[in-house]
Amino acid sequence: MPAVQETVDQVRRIDVDQYKYGFVTDIESDRAPKGLSEDIVRYISAKKNEPEWMLEWRLEAYRRWLTMTEPTWARVHYPKIDFDDLYYYSAPKSTKGPKSLDEVDPELLATYEKLGIPLREREILAGVEGASDRRVAVDAVFDSVSVVTTFKEELKKAGVIFCAISEAIREYPDLVRKYLGSVVPTSDNFYATLNSAVFSDGSFVYVPEGVRCPMELSTYFRINERNTGQFERTLIIAEKGAYVSYLEGCTAPMRDENQLHAAVVELVALDDAEIKYSTVQNWYPGDKDGKGGIYNFVTKRGDCRGARSKISWTQVETGSAITWKYPSCILRGDESQGEFYSIAVSNGYQQVDSGTKMIHLGKNTRSRIISKGIAAGRSDNTYRGLVSAHRKASGARNFTNCDSLLIGDQCGAHTVPYIESKNASAVFEHEATTSKIADDQLFYCLQRGLTSEEAVALIVNGFVKDVIQQLPMEFAVEAQKLISISLEGSVG
Amino acid sequence: MTAVRSVAAGMNGQIKMLSIKNLHASVGDREILRGVNLEVPTGQVHAIMGPNGSGKSTLSYVLAGRDGYDITDGSIVFGGEEIVETPAEERAAKGIFLAFQYPLEIPGVATMTFLKAAMNAQRKARGEAELTTPDFMRRVKVAAEKLNVTQEMLRRPLNVGFSGGEKKRNEILQMALLEPKLAILDETDSGLDIDALKTVSDGVNALRAPNRSMLVITHYQRLLDHIVPDVVHVMAAGRIVRSGGPELALELEANGYADYVGAAAA
Amino acid sequence: MNAEPRILNTPAEVTLAEAFSASRGHLPGDAAVAAARAVAFDAFQKKGLPHRRTEAWRYTDLRVLLRSVPPAPPAAPASIASAALLPGLDRARLVIVDGAYRPELSDLSGLDGVEVTSLATLLDQGDERVGALAGRLDDAMVALNTAMMTGGVAIRVPAGLDVTRAVEIAHVTSGAYSVFARNLISVGAGASLRVVESFTGPDAAASVANIVTEAVIGDRAKVTWAKLQAEGNAAVHLSTTAVSIGGESQFDHLTLMTGASISRSQSFVTYGGEFARAGLFGATMIGGKQHADIMLGVDHAVPNGASRELFKAVMDGKADGIFQGRIVVRPGAQKVDGKMMTQGLLLSEDASFSVKPELEIFADDVQCAHGATSGEIDEDMLFYLLSRGLPRAEAETLLVTAFLAEAIEGLGDEAIGEAFEQVARDWLADRKTLS
Repeated sequence: MPAVQETVDQVRRIDVDQYKYGFVTDIESDRAPKGLSEDIVRYISAKKNEPEWMLEWRLEAYRRWLTMTEPTWARVHYPKIDFDDLYYYSAPKSTKGPKSLDEVDPELLATYEKLGIPLREREILAGVEGASDRRVAVDAVFDSVSVVTTFKEELKKAGVIFCAISEAIREYPDLVRKYLGSVVPTSDNFYATLNSAVFSDGSFVYVPEGVRCPMELSTYFRINERNTGQFERTLIIAEKGAYVSYLEGCTAPMRDENQLHAAVVELVALDDAEIKYSTVQNWYPGDKDGKGGIYNFVTKRGDCRGARSKISWTQVETGSAITWKYPSCILRGDESQGEFYSIAVSNGYQQVDSGTKMIHLGKNTRSRIISKGIAAGRSDNTYRGLVSAHRKASGARNFTNCDSLLIGDQCGAHTVPYIESKNASAVFEHEATTSKIADDQLFYCLQRGLTSEEAVALIVNGFVKDVIQQLPMEFAVEAQKLISISLEGSVG
Repeated sequence: MTAVRSVAAGMNGQIKMLSIKNLHASVGDREILRGVNLEVPTGQVHAIMGPNGSGKSTLSYVLAGRDGYDITDGSIVFGGEEIVETPAEERAAKGIFLAFQYPLEIPGVATMTFLKAAMNAQRKARGEAELTTPDFMRRVKVAAEKLNVTQEMLRRPLNVGFSGGEKKRNEILQMALLEPKLAILDETDSGLDIDALKTVSDGVNALRAPNRSMLVITHYQRLLDHIVPDVVHVMAAGRIVRSGGPELALELEANGYADYVGAAAA
Repeated sequence: MNAEPRILNTPAEVTLAEAFSASRGHLPGDAAVAAARAVAFDAFQKKGLPHRRTEAWRYTDLRVLLRSVPPAPPAAPASIASAALLPGLDRARLVIVDGAYRPELSDLSGLDGVEVTSLATLLDQGDERVGALAGRLDDAMVALNTAMMTGGVAIRVPAGLDVTRAVEIAHVTSGAYSVFARNLISVGAGASLRVVESFTGPDAAASVANIVTEAVIGDRAKVTWAKLQAEGNAAVHLSTTAVSIGGESQFDHLTLMTGASISRSQSFVTYGGEFARAGLFGATMIGGKQHADIMLGVDHAVPNGASRELFKAVMDGKADGIFQGRIVVRPGAQKVDGKMMTQGLLLSEDASFSVKPELEIFADDVQCAHGATSGEIDEDMLFYLLSRGLPRAEAETLLVTAFLAEAIEGLGDEAIGEAFEQVARDWLADRKTLS
């Protein structure tokens, strides 16, 4: 029960409506002119010293994007975004691609320190006991650039490449050209296409054949600048028999206006490879009246390209004003496996439309979906998921469980599953429930002396336990705290 | 005493109900039965005991003709006839009955409907006339009373919402009605308390007959206190490794299976 | 891009526009009805035929599936062969041939006190019941029906009347015609009614039926309603049932889909009063290249309602079975208990099953759940039956019948349930002889 106690303590400590990562770093930035045009695309590409093929790739995506319209099928509502009123590139002036930690602007280091993210290699994640012998390599992305990547050398010894994607484009062009856009094509959807045109940074991971990555890899995304869109791009490749566990975290300052974050993540797992991708998404959700907050429009997809490969998505979504993301698995290799574990917490005026797609193409492919949605305040929380078996997916199996919990009578919880089977031997099972915390459970806790807030935290922790267990240990505690904080003030 | 006499009778060339020779069966790449040899003369009750994973349940499924097992070698002769290629439903009609360890729940199929369908299907396969409804009802009533199976249970969908004991009684009821020549009881004692065990055993004992053989598969000796076998076989690692009289069961109870697990692996 | 006016461009859409221009002058109804028709056709034209991006119709893309539209039925009433449907079920019959109510073919005995009127008469009188519920649906095919409806029947059961004899509304299509019918049912407070709706037509006739039924069920009323879609094998069947149920009423509805080449049956139930209970059941049995889509929508607009949806589909051949279910709980509709279950059984390698069981919940003190499964006949169950001596075909039939029976018996009407189960058994028997 220590985790529960932590949660309870945390609830007590934090003031209502207090987003603790909402500070602004005062740092001089180098920004592209406002708006989007071919020139801006060229500007970004030039800033990154990109080769010609990369610029062409971006321009093609940009031209495609001009012909596309924003998707409207998700259950989210927001004023029309003026894509010409955004900055598409912003970088701290002091950063000219630091070679080592000593060269990083101290102001930036202080920022990450304040966020509890260890950039000095001897440090461990703030406040996590029992993790002292476990190290995590970090790529820190600040607005549009990667400011530092830790443990690079040590990883290199194992053959693992972990660096900013801008660096990978220059240093490992063959790998990038082979895999970039191979899972999420440039034409995939409005936001992915936009990202393809203007992405600025993100992480690149390559784990060679048979290598088990010696440590957890993680990227911390921070949006700092005003009116700036963040468009990161992440590409992870696990060669035959490789294994990697990767975690991303995201925060942003509290600002009155909405900010756009449109990322693309592509994962490729070859024969017998396994990729575990965990997200703790805590972008600024907006204030208690629904003002401000991040629009989080993200395309994440994993391709189980090889036989017996496995991709597992775990997400804890507590931030953002609007979340629109569906981390998916294409189960192409025979006997490949996909997993999706999700906790989505919404409070205030947050809107979440999230879920997954499990596309069964290969024989004897398996997938598992566990989704826990918690809606409070005046928020709307939608699970949207597709499970499909194509003609040749004999022996495919899916199990889906999605539960929703409503706290208060002003919020909405919705479940929109799509199940499509074109193969008789595919066996799909789906179950979903929607309920509130039972009065008798609450009473039982109150009778034992817990406050109603403690009782809710306790019961919610039980509700999300199946998913929390999937997170790397370092982040499970953090995620649990985050959930309680997000639900602050939700109990009347 | 009984056991010794029966074994002797068997050796004297009495007609074999079941004769298994060098039976090998696999699931996928894994060989589970690795050369089973077993003979069950007509009228006898044989027990097969063995540790978990020794292949006991597989043997019962293979005898009943379940899909999914590759018979790679050997023969199963039942009533003088090779049945390795015979489909499950035809084996049932020939008189092989398997009492399942975990009887299936089939929602929407009333127990009565199912009993009638099964009895008539077997009669039809044997070229006999279908039962009239009154005749069927009478048979069910008589058998159900003996096994403490209520009318209410018979109206419910097959095994749905039945307790463990009710499911096992329902299996024995089916055995009584279908009158098999060879009854295979797969872990029939599992999940039963002592009272239910007695009811079920009494039901089984009442069905012992000179023209009927039984194969009782069990992990524990306690079932054999109630259903006393003529011969006890020990199965380990997919083979019959030892055979003897009822006293063998007691020996196993005292010493466990450790010797056989080791011996089989060697 | 989306702002550009939409141009009707499928041949079917063009034919429909021509048909409306040609017939609008002589369709039944007073001036108000004519005006409503024009508004409705305009709404249809704006939407066009539903297509895969029309979320509610995503699996039944009529822009692709509806290649052409047949002509209107001839003015002279067609003679029809008496249907041998549902033998043994005692019921009164209201016969509608090609969208026109035919009293001379109907049998109203046992309906004392029940008011039965031809829809054409009601339209001429401008009855406010027409469109009261259908008008709220945002659906292109319902709008098209409002524009083009030619006839149908209206049934009114006065408060407190217990109608024990079942009433069949028998829709018969005589050939390859476009049929637009509208029916109205009103059941007064505390009254009860058993309805059987049937849809039949000759094989090989490429008819397109678009039928809308509106039903208002009063407080404490009890209505049992079973719908049998057994159209001919080349038919397109599109039907919509819009129901509002009063406080403490009980409404049980079964849709059995087995006929037609392409079919879509949609039922929408809105709760008008508290403590009402609705059971919505669906059973689909299709084979060959049939396409059958059932949509069941439940709208808990008020607190304390209960709903059950149970849908079973059996697909053989290359058939496509589809189910879309939706339970909506509106803000403030507390203490709602909503459960939905959908199960598909694929009997052949080329069949497919698509489902979208949706929950949309805006109140916290609710108990809502849904489940969905898809697969082939359970191997373990099959082996259990085989091991008892049942031949494979018989064991399969037993399992499939049991699978479907759960939905059919959910209706809770023994006589109608038995008649419908016989339809299921007949289908399975035919299937066996085919394979």
